[in-house]
Amino acid sequence: MKVYFDHNATTPLHPEVKKEMIEAMEMFGNPSSMHSWGREARANVEDARGKVAAFIGADEREIVFVGSGSEANNTVLSLFVCASSQCIPGGKLRGTIITTKIEHPCVLETSECLAHRGARVKYLDVDQYGKIDLDQLAGMLGDDVGLVSVMMANNEIGTLQDIETITKMVHESGAFMHTDAVQAVGKMPVDVRKLGVDFLTLSAHKMYGPKGVGALFVKKGIPYCPLIRGGHQEFGRRAGTENTLGILGMGRAVEMRTLEMQEEEERLLHLKQVLRRGIEERIDDIHVNGHPTDALASTLNVSFMGVEGESILLYLDLQGIAVSTGSACASGSLDPSHVLLATGVNAELAHGSIRFSMGRESSMQEVEYLLDVLPPIIQRIRNMSTAYIKGGLHAASR
Amino acid sequence: MLQAGEWAYSDTLKEHFMNPKNILQGENTDDFDGVGMEGNLQCGDQMMVVIKVDKEKETITDCQWKTYGCASAIASTSVLSEMVKGRTLDAAFHISPKEVALELGGLPDHKIHCSVLGDKALRSAINNYYTRNGQEEKVKQEQVKVICQCMSITDHDIEDAVLEGARTYFELQERTKLGTVCGQCKDEAELLLEKFKHIHFGA
Repeated sequence: MKVYFDHNATTPLHPEVKKEMIEAMEMFGNPSSMHSWGREARANVEDARGKVAAFIGADEREIVFVGSGSEANNTVLSLFVCASSQCIPGGKLRGTIITTKIEHPCVLETSECLAHRGARVKYLDVDQYGKIDLDQLAGMLGDDVGLVSVMMANNEIGTLQDIETITKMVHESGAFMHTDAVQAVGKMPVDVRKLGVDFLTLSAHKMYGPKGVGALFVKKGIPYCPLIRGGHQEFGRRAGTENTLGILGMGRAVEMRTLEMQEEEERLLHLKQVLRRGIEERIDDIHVNGHPTDALASTLNVSFMGVEGESILLYLDLQGIAVSTGSACASGSLDPSHVLLATGVNAELAHGSIRFSMGRESSMQEVEYLLDVLPPIIQRIRNMSTAYIKGGLHAASR
Repeated sequence: MLQAGEWAYSDTLKEHFMNPKNILQGENTDDFDGVGMEGNLQCGDQMMVVIKVDKEKETITDCQWKTYGCASAIASTSVLSEMVKGRTLDAAFHISPKEVALELGGLPDHKIHCSVLGDKALRSAINNYYTRNGQEEKVKQEQVKVICQCMSITDHDIEDAVLEGARTYFELQERTKLGTVCGQCKDEAELLLEKFKHIHFGA
């Protein structure tokens, strides 16, 4: 049996998306060309723009197609070190950026880079469930703060933030609000007007669309500075000939999400509860990471005491099951998941964490298969581990 | 270049990971003549090696282990436990991480650090045997070893360079001039670089 429980890493193409992309494979015209080839491509790009805009409650002119979620996040953050009056009315935005300790590396590393380029960056802590503290945010906000960037749903532990409330606080202080919603859009309803945000990042391949295409929502009238220059594409907001086929695929992907998402969310939540209960009943000395209720329906993150995550991942892979881990060993560094460490989990438990992320094709049979296969694997690794003491989790220094 | 569907690991490593040899069963080490443990849970690697010794011949008759770590860590302790059986204590003491990696059919670069703890734990088990058997004079500290013959650079020099800030082979060369003549020591120097980075900085 093959079980793909790594949907937060990426998703397979929806069959409808695949079909539409294959049919469009011969469309090669440049959307900027005035002839019929160009006009055909332009029509498809604009059709997709309309679908993506509608999916998140935005206006078409507020959607900028980009190459990835990472690019969208880089674009937003970089805006705040731009000092050109051509981009920014008045020449400069407030230079302090607030973000969180659990963002995706594309936000954290860009923030670090901006700090070297003169921005001031402050990092919000999270509690044991991965939620930011609104009081800490209130204390950080001030008339020096230009941007607050808080991810909507965390990719590793699935914890959701209250973006609507955060945005209100941010706007009261006169700053702009960005949310990296790559893991949220397509898994739960997201409406930019309801959230009130100024910028929102989304990505096609996390919701059964193709890789290499994402979108940035930029609210009308907000200052903007392109990250990639040299062309008039995307209303001058992102140079480079459009990824026409990818954009078309993204449009179809959000259309399919509109039809499938709601029913699927309830189903996945049920599967997650069964998976969580099954693991709790069959395996001792585990710790469930993330928020118990305010979290993505599809994502379950569990730490197994005395076991290193990469070995779990590879033993599961041998049984045809795909998951991911917050262990350092799998990532090629020696530091385990920054997200788990930020929630106060100790390094050992962070090294022993496994993320199960389900998706539209995940089934009860797959959950049951996983529940059969996992306990003997954990038992086997613990038998050869120097670090496992039965019942030792509560004794471990947490 | 990896083929589609292939692991980043060699077949030998995969085999030792799937069917590890000589795992110590249970917690009891009383039956063994030497016990060594190295590494820590913070870094994600910890290894324990226990040995039985033929006291007349001073050879290792049995070697078992426990490992907390990734696939390379598990496989490298497993392969090490096979390598040492029948060797004299002295020969076993001098097994290097490089030999272990070679026996495994190679390790990906970023995994080398996972394999350096096994031989270290083995050395500490051998020293433990000497201590228990009234042979303290044989307990060997990590000896000074010349790594770069051309420039006469030792493992201690490499350790010092790491402590002074060298993180890459290039930075190591800048500080020590190691490997700037014939270049044959590059592999061994890089292993040591990784090892000392790991020991001192967990990096």
